[in-house]
Amino acid sequence: MSERRGIIGALLVLALGAMAPRVVTNAYVFYAGFVALQYVVIATAWNILGGYAGYVNFGSGAFVGLGMYAAIFLFNGMGAPLWVQILGAAFAGGLLGLGMGYLTLRIQGVYFSIATLALTTVLSTVIVNWSFVGGARGATVLAAQPTVWFPSIVSYVFFAMLVLAVMSLAMARWMERSWIGRGLAALRADENAAECAGVPTLKLKLLAATISGALLAMAGAPYPYYASYVEPDSAFSINYALNALAMPLIGGTRNWTGPLIGALLLSGVEQAATVTIPSEINLLIVGLVLIGFVVMAPDGLLGLAARAIALGKRS
Amino acid sequence: MTLELALNAIVSGFLLAGLYAIASLGLTITFGLLEIPNVAHPTFIVLGAYCAQFANSLGVDPVVAGVLFAPAFYLGGMALYQAYYHSFERRGRSNTLQSFTFFFGIALVLQVSLILAVGVDLTSVRAAYIGKSLTIGVVTMPYRLVVPFAIGTVVGAGMWLFLTRTRMGLAIRAVAHDADALRIVGLSPTRAKGRAFGIAMMTASLAGAALIVVSPVDPFSGTQYIGRTFAIVVLAGMGSVPGTLAAALVIGLLESLVVTFVGATWAPGVAFAALLGTLAIRPSGIFGMAR
Repeated sequence: MSERRGIIGALLVLALGAMAPRVVTNAYVFYAGFVALQYVVIATAWNILGGYAGYVNFGSGAFVGLGMYAAIFLFNGMGAPLWVQILGAAFAGGLLGLGMGYLTLRIQGVYFSIATLALTTVLSTVIVNWSFVGGARGATVLAAQPTVWFPSIVSYVFFAMLVLAVMSLAMARWMERSWIGRGLAALRADENAAECAGVPTLKLKLLAATISGALLAMAGAPYPYYASYVEPDSAFSINYALNALAMPLIGGTRNWTGPLIGALLLSGVEQAATVTIPSEINLLIVGLVLIGFVVMAPDGLLGLAARAIALGKRS
Repeated sequence: MTLELALNAIVSGFLLAGLYAIASLGLTITFGLLEIPNVAHPTFIVLGAYCAQFANSLGVDPVVAGVLFAPAFYLGGMALYQAYYHSFERRGRSNTLQSFTFFFGIALVLQVSLILAVGVDLTSVRAAYIGKSLTIGVVTMPYRLVVPFAIGTVVGAGMWLFLTRTRMGLAIRAVAHDADALRIVGLSPTRAKGRAFGIAMMTASLAGAALIVVSPVDPFSGTQYIGRTFAIVVLAGMGSVPGTLAAALVIGLLESLVVTFVGATWAPGVAFAALLGTLAIRPSGIFGMAR
């Protein structure tokens, strides 16, 4: 029953998204919508490893940037269409997640987090030194007119991002309800106990790291088409790493709706903020809100809501 | 010619190791001994650099400034530990998603505050020894590297003596080993940890002064040091002071050789490769015991 409801909901959202370019003429809607949806994908992807398994990835920006550059590589190299770019990015991101996970997840979670902190610097160094994808100057990507259905390239990448968002939410929802989610919840609570009870903890961690890495990179892949110019500083910016962490933690990390709520809320506020306040103050506020949430509301808005409902029932 | 280059690279790597050692010693205590992943430490070093720069603009030598600001950093470290203790350790939530994120948030807020306060331009200090160098044969040693090397050596040796010879140092190592046992002998684990955190933060003030003597600093300078310092602490074997000095030497030499023979842009990759390599091959580090 609930499976069917999920599928119907997803199809409905996709149908609405496909109709949007025919109905909405204001291009800003697509520009803003792309950013919000990109953050939905990023927050959901981060939460698969961070929320479900409890392993913090501080280097989401590295994965997103990798996705952008995988797309540029495929575009420059063979003029690949967008969906090939996205698949290529998924492959690269999944491989990076698996590799990082294999080297660091066997010991303690803290090492994985520290390695991801350093990852962004290293990857951006590689890109700066690699002239095929533009090096430090950046790369210009001029996409051809996609199809008759989509009147502009921005409405096209908006729809692509919508597909990715629905896909990652479906993935998170499915993982949460399957044995994978239960296994991850067990290892989050107590890794040794889970291992003793027969949960294949290392396999599950590596699976989560791979899926999370692949989705993060996929979120970056349509960006070169969207912005038509990418350079290393913005591709590997702290914004992605911070928001990937802040959105699920503010929304709630225990189920798939948390990152969705956090992403829509925070990207909405940030989008309103960019026209009114400098970006540094924006970062400062997000940082302070993040600290406030991890100290006072560890389960995010969903946790606060659950507590409020419980209080209401008691009184 | 190549030999001369190699010789100079080795000497400057050796000197650079002094800076890396003092930058990592704070983490050897907080992360290595207390297992508190203070990812904000490199950002506090940058704060220390700006404090030294501020004092220097009033005519104080940057290294003296580093010493003068150390007590303030000690108190700041104690306060930060109290915040961490009340938010996480006391509620049994240490080493969780939230406690890592707490320090990440602190680092971010500090970095952005620095940007808002001083802008994004590089700043440097003035001192008599900066710009001069000591030449022995074919080897040139700039004093701006010799001075931080001296600070690193003195603080490293002092830290080792402190941790092995004083009551407070022993209490700090004991709390890292077994906090409950400390309670049984009538000492407060929280107080020992708070002091340890304060001392770790003091090294950030000195490391900041050393950092700005070596090269100009901007608010983003800390990001380069996250990979480097954690690589050194892990390679050292968690919590080992002699290990930290040895690991700093390894990373300093490797980086210097890469800068000379491969290219300066590849230097950030050295520490990262060392970190992943250590975790994959020998997670207990050079001087560490199996854990």
